[in-house]
Amino acid sequence: MARAFTLKAVSFILGEEFWRGVVSIAAFLIFWQVGSRSQSWFGFAFPWVSQIPAPTAVLQELTVLVQDQSFWISALLSTLRVFEGFLAAMAIGIPLGLAMAVSRTFYGISFPVFEVLRPIPPLAWVPASIIFWPTQELSIAFVTFLGAFFTIVINVIGGAQSIDVRFFQAARSMGSSTWDIFRRIILPATLPSIVVGATVGVGITWAVVVAAEMISGGGSAGSVGGAAGGGLGFFIWNSYVGGSYTQIVAGMISIGIAGYISSAVLRKIGKWITPWLSES
Amino acid sequence: MNIQQMAQASQIASSTLGSQITVSNVSKSYGAGDFAKRVVHDCSFNLDRGKLTVMIGPSGCGKSTLIRMLAGFERPSSGTIARDGKLVTGPGHDRLVVFQESALFPWMSTYDNIMFGPRARGEDTPEVRAFAEELLWKVGLESFRKKYPSQLSGGMQRRAELARSMINKPDIMILDEPFRGLDAMTKKLMQEYYANLYEEFRRTTFFVTTDIDEAIYLADRILIMTNIPTQVRAVISVDLPRPRHVDDITENDDANAIKMQALSLLHEEAMKSFARGSKAAADFVDAYARRMTKD
Repeated sequence: MARAFTLKAVSFILGEEFWRGVVSIAAFLIFWQVGSRSQSWFGFAFPWVSQIPAPTAVLQELTVLVQDQSFWISALLSTLRVFEGFLAAMAIGIPLGLAMAVSRTFYGISFPVFEVLRPIPPLAWVPASIIFWPTQELSIAFVTFLGAFFTIVINVIGGAQSIDVRFFQAARSMGSSTWDIFRRIILPATLPSIVVGATVGVGITWAVVVAAEMISGGGSAGSVGGAAGGGLGFFIWNSYVGGSYTQIVAGMISIGIAGYISSAVLRKIGKWITPWLSES
Repeated sequence: MNIQQMAQASQIASSTLGSQITVSNVSKSYGAGDFAKRVVHDCSFNLDRGKLTVMIGPSGCGKSTLIRMLAGFERPSSGTIARDGKLVTGPGHDRLVVFQESALFPWMSTYDNIMFGPRARGEDTPEVRAFAEELLWKVGLESFRKKYPSQLSGGMQRRAELARSMINKPDIMILDEPFRGLDAMTKKLMQEYYANLYEEFRRTTFFVTTDIDEAIYLADRILIMTNIPTQVRAVISVDLPRPRHVDDITENDDANAIKMQALSLLHEEAMKSFARGSKAAADFVDAYARRMTKD
């Protein structure tokens, strides 16, 4: 097992795919470094990129930041909000989507409302949710929830509605009850779409939580724990107000990494719960 | 359990011959009023107990509609379908369909697919599990029990699906062009394989195909259907001795006579449907015009 894993890792590092990735990131970093140092290196500033702090400076900032406890608190706060919002979206979105796919009556009643609410960007909900929810923490969580919710529901409906009718006919004639069909046909047949919805949804959740933190001032924790206590969004906003451009970029990169990790974890879980899609 | 013990304990051999199906004056239309499209018209035939009846007809002639009615997924617009004298009103595991292409559940292993029916009815008993083992061995998939359908070849998928039906010991097996889409070699192997299975299993079987050679090789009786609206055009008995061999069929004079007879009938039907290609549109305009004047 361990040996197979090592073999896999070694062949990956020797493979083309790995080196293409290395070249891609290296080229991006070189372009960025050259661009942001253009004033001092070539005597003239490249447009736009010269305004951005150099990757070396950002890296330096990051090494400082990772030793700073308040940065980790910010990251943890944002992660928790993403987690809460995402879990709530899954917990409500999956049953709702399944119910809409299974019951024509329920679909007829709920889909029009759903379709009117769906195009409203989550960020447009921020003012309303600040008014509506008692605490800022709850309003941020609510907006985060909305980010993932609609994507998950749409994917579940689409997945459940595209199930081959012969599966139902076969199950029905072999004696399946309605509950058995739901449990052994509809649920597993919809799982791949749920995984896709979740993976896309968690990305949106990160985008939304950061913006919501910026707009609403970092939630209740922000006012208690000081500037750095309000999540990564508030951290970036605070860095902007304080004029620390390296911190802004460092914060952005942290979000990128966090989002990547979330999606990667979900993809792993997805592969694990839908083994029939990957084995061949 | 070794092979001999398995053969002795065989639950396939101990089975009965299945049921008799009587289809009387069955019609099926879709749509309403003047726009109704009659797909099956006044169709009557029997599926004899323990016999293999093959239905053959031009493609798109409503064969699948008949199958859905036999399986109980749809009700006839008029006429009746009875099993041993009792009306068929819905789907049941006494009549199982093996679908065109594969309808195996992609998220279940071969074994779980085969055990689907018994588990659905809460019959996951040691005997049934032994029968599943027997079937796995019989369809040559015992080493593929843990594989998903996507990991099986086309021929293996069909065999897994046959096993998934047979474990339910259906009184009637309905096979809707089961070997369609297989390459010629695999198809021939599957036909031989299926013929053996049938000869051992001997249940009332309804087999739909568009392949005349397949029909003659397998059938006790061939129903030749007309084009839409579907009706029984002719019934041909195939009294060739079993077990049959694919090569015998091509050399056998009786088989060839049947083939010529069936081909000429099918040709007639096909020509009619060609001729009707333009007439269908005329009929539609005609029906529409009548509706307008009525209003």
